[in-house]
Amino acid sequence: MDFTRLRAEWFGNVRGDLLAGLVVALALIPEAIAFSIIAGVDPKIGLYASFSIAVIIAFAGGRPGMISAATAAMAILMIDLVKEHGLEYLLAATVVTGVLQVLAGFLRLGFVMRFISRSVMTGFVNALAILIFLAQVPELIGVPELTYLMVAAGLAIIYLLPRLTRAVPSPLVCIVVLTAVSIGFGLDLRTVGDMGELPSTLPVFLLPDVPLTLDTLLIVLPYAATLTVVGLLESLMTASIVDGLTDTPSDKNRECVGQGVANVATGFLGGMAGCAMIGQSVINVKSGGRGRLSTLSAGLFLLFLILVLGDWVRQIPMAALVAVMIMVSIGTFSWSSIRNLKDHPASSSVVMLATVVVVVATHDLAQGVLVGVLLSGLFFAWKVARIFRVTSALSPDGRHRTYAVEGEVFFASSEAFVAAFDFRESLERVTIDVTRAHIWDLSGVAALDTAVLKFRRDGADVDIVGLNAASTTIVDRLAVHDKPGALERLMGH
Amino acid sequence: MTGILACIDGSIYSQSVCEHAAWAGRRTSRPVEVLHALGRREVSSVPANLSGNLDAGESETLLAELSSLDAQRAKLAQKRGRLLLDDAKARIEAAGAGEVTVRLRNGDIVDAVAQTGAGSRLVVIGKRGEAADFASLHLGSNLERVVRASSEPVLVAARAWRPIRRFLLAYDGGPSASRAVDLALGDPLLHGLECHLLMAGNGEGGAGARLEAAAARLRAGGFEVQARVEPGDAEDVIARAVEEHAIDLLVMGAYGHSRIRALIIGSTTTALVRSCRIPVLLVR
Repeated sequence: MDFTRLRAEWFGNVRGDLLAGLVVALALIPEAIAFSIIAGVDPKIGLYASFSIAVIIAFAGGRPGMISAATAAMAILMIDLVKEHGLEYLLAATVVTGVLQVLAGFLRLGFVMRFISRSVMTGFVNALAILIFLAQVPELIGVPELTYLMVAAGLAIIYLLPRLTRAVPSPLVCIVVLTAVSIGFGLDLRTVGDMGELPSTLPVFLLPDVPLTLDTLLIVLPYAATLTVVGLLESLMTASIVDGLTDTPSDKNRECVGQGVANVATGFLGGMAGCAMIGQSVINVKSGGRGRLSTLSAGLFLLFLILVLGDWVRQIPMAALVAVMIMVSIGTFSWSSIRNLKDHPASSSVVMLATVVVVVATHDLAQGVLVGVLLSGLFFAWKVARIFRVTSALSPDGRHRTYAVEGEVFFASSEAFVAAFDFRESLERVTIDVTRAHIWDLSGVAALDTAVLKFRRDGADVDIVGLNAASTTIVDRLAVHDKPGALERLMGH
Repeated sequence: MTGILACIDGSIYSQSVCEHAAWAGRRTSRPVEVLHALGRREVSSVPANLSGNLDAGESETLLAELSSLDAQRAKLAQKRGRLLLDDAKARIEAAGAGEVTVRLRNGDIVDAVAQTGAGSRLVVIGKRGEAADFASLHLGSNLERVVRASSEPVLVAARAWRPIRRFLLAYDGGPSASRAVDLALGDPLLHGLECHLLMAGNGEGGAGARLEAAAARLRAGGFEVQARVEPGDAEDVIARAVEEHAIDLLVMGAYGHSRIRALIIGSTTTALVRSCRIPVLLVR
């Protein structure tokens, strides 16, 4: 790695990175606590995880400025494991997840991102915005009326302050002001301290207390596999979003390895598995964070806050954090996608909406993305299959017909391919011109086989002309019609 | 395509079909297309795997095997088909029809007519094909199927061609008989021929009036018409009239009734086509 790039990644934006890191650290606290509670473990597991992952990913990650920590998507996957086998197995699963992610990185699986279309991405962020907002709902139901006032005041600060000054991040101001007001007036509000116990010591290295047997591996492996997939998917998608927001590239395979390293270390430090967080990454970028320093400082500030400022952090009213998270939710949602519904092709809109619906219904980002990717694949195949045409011309003596095939011959168009030939016409010669066609797969080859053999069976000599190199390879390898068994007995006479 | 579709095979009727098609072509100035269908493909017996253990993966190999065995036979059939078509084309051109094209199809004649004859105005076919047993009185199995499948008029050629000067329109007052009258008026095919209009029965229940109305329409269209009602069974009455008046062409509605009814009580259409030795123009 060359030195100038390294320096740019670390120290290109010191002031912005440090301030953004502080905001992110504050935003991480309630989430880490909340996600620990979702997973059924002590809040300090989530807090240690967030610290550890953020610090390690700052060095090992492939996407500067992206925030990784304990996340809701990962926490949801751990519930059963914790319930049935306990915390130690969660730590073991976290280590295995990390190992699998490192492997994925070395196997260069970052390319799977190419299959995630723009519509899926839009659906994913919309669904995420909805999930973030829904996660705030418990904080807004059955609470003192004062809370609503505080949230409204917080939102007002967040959205109006930038009109006066952009020197400091408005979410940070929101948190500081609301905390000060809360303490100053002695308001009776729910605070971070009410969410659970905060850790009072540094995390220490420890081996998960599980028997090192095959049985243990078989217990944690299914969980680890799911965590691996969801973690990488969310991290890589987040990386793409940050790429888009900051207009800079990232190294996806390095990010996979980085996530793995972070999770392995976190498992040994007594934390739960995590991944990149779109919400916090967006806060980071929107608060001015761009470089690796923002990620590192977020982790360090987090540790500092929970250890040193623990008493103050405890008193931050949840209302202030809710206001920040609502801002994140609104900012994450792609509002233009609603306007675009009527302009974009129906298939793109269906993919986007299906992704949103599945994610919101299952609270599982991986399932939504899978549905979106499969749908986009199907729609694509359908569209490409329609770019397919067969024209034909009969020679003046009516004995030789030339079929000209244009377009893509593959599983979705093979039926149309066979149907385009008139096998009832009795011909002496048939020429199938595939100069402007491409035969992609087994179904395409089988369709060509069927056409050739059917014509031959009715006594026509068949020539295939214009196979391009790629099609020739697959036809040579798979086709039946040009093999000795089929042809030589015929041609011998 | 708007023209005349002449269906030929290797039978003795082919020559007559060509003459009839040429006649129709001359009268209507429509192009003639000669169609020969190579027939249903017999299953090759040699490589057949009767164990019942074929799986999907073998289907292509099997097709390849069949194709190499069938190809030779198909080539022979094709060569013969081409010869028949070329011969027919020369014959029709010699008989003075204008434009003549040929078409060789694989598979069943009925499918071939359905696929190529859509939109053709007149289908010409022989009473029996080469596959029919000549000793029996039965008609070729293809004839009835073609007539039932075709929505256009079908001219059933007799065994030998005779010049056509007068035709008999068997009028039963039904819708297909009315369409036969429409055809005679609207199509140049029958213009100028002497017309005999015949109704079997006793002319009761307004049938006689309908016959007179049809005769009046034909006269107004320039035909010289003799209209008669004769008591008796349609089959006998018409066959007798054809003999007595030296009729050259029988025009009638085809298959007014369902197939099931025809199976039980017999079909007048089939009976007449079988018993008359003259060409029959069937109108659907």
